[in-house]
Amino acid sequence: MPYADADLFEYLLRLGDTDVVMAQRLGEWIGHGPILEEDIALANVGLDLLGQGRLWLQYAGEVETRFRSNGRTEDQLAFLRDGSGFRNLLLAEQPNGDFAQTTARQFYFDAWHVRLLRALSSSVDQRIAEIAAKAVKEATYHAERSIAWVLRLGDGTDESHARMQHALDALWMYTGEMFAADPLEETLVAARVAVDVRLLREPWLAAIRNVLDEATLTLPQGEWMQGAGMRGGKQGLHTEHLGHLLTEMQFLQRAYPGAVW
Amino acid sequence: MSKEWPLWEIFIRSQHGLAHKHVGSLHAPDAEMAIKNARDVYTRRNEGVSIWAARSADIVASSPNAAESLFEPSNDKVYRHPTFFPMPDEVKNL
Repeated sequence: MPYADADLFEYLLRLGDTDVVMAQRLGEWIGHGPILEEDIALANVGLDLLGQGRLWLQYAGEVETRFRSNGRTEDQLAFLRDGSGFRNLLLAEQPNGDFAQTTARQFYFDAWHVRLLRALSSSVDQRIAEIAAKAVKEATYHAERSIAWVLRLGDGTDESHARMQHALDALWMYTGEMFAADPLEETLVAARVAVDVRLLREPWLAAIRNVLDEATLTLPQGEWMQGAGMRGGKQGLHTEHLGHLLTEMQFLQRAYPGAVW
Repeated sequence: MSKEWPLWEIFIRSQHGLAHKHVGSLHAPDAEMAIKNARDVYTRRNEGVSIWAARSADIVASSPNAAESLFEPSNDKVYRHPTFFPMPDEVKNL
């Protein structure tokens, strides 16, 4: 099944941008964590995701050189693209909010991420398979951590329960996009390069439901999903939050082009 | 009731065959989170293969005031130290 390098490039941006944007959000917690230990832990998860994002964007840059005379480096892709060029999931760019909101975002994401990476590790694209196999170990730990926090906040005090439930409800509408495939992904799925994310929804939902049950929390019921109708982050249509995130993330390279350590 | 999370003492085994070694302490709400926090705080640079966590409150310590009676009597009993045997180079970590 033939596919264009440009399609593969787009797909790699989706993977890489989601990691990088999520990492930037987690990095915002540094110095603001509820306790020192959690501050370090959030930064660790962020750094793991940044490392994975780099691998995806490096590969994306290499693929880009195959069909464009001046393919970009990972840094150019991360720091010199405008918001509309980003292909991350809407969930990733949502603000940190309180600790419960960060936890809910991570919980929804990790449960998806670990399943995605597991499936990607048998991609026929060798490079994708290798990156995914490496990343899935980190993602497994992230998922354990976010589950542990959902259980503790949900089954904790009245306040932690209320905040956790509120956060889960508020972010629910951004979960649908994780399981929405567009024609670009369908092409790559047919070529067994990409994962059919639609197949991940049931296992994801079952896992989420189990945790929420144990945490005495309620599974949100909303049906309408932001960005799931092929008009979301993966297509470059973002919420207002991404631009603000990028102004901070890209400041240095924008203000001092080409600056290096 | 204190709102502070309890303190945990963290022990890490750096490689198989060695004993767990005390590396420091941290706060965590319960045992599982203590292990997770220890992973993030103390094993970021590939320091370990195993983690133990124990509530600091459960550690029984000798009193600094008892140091004289506890330890000084052994100071002059040099024959208790096996320092007169040559050690083969192959034996590591002894």
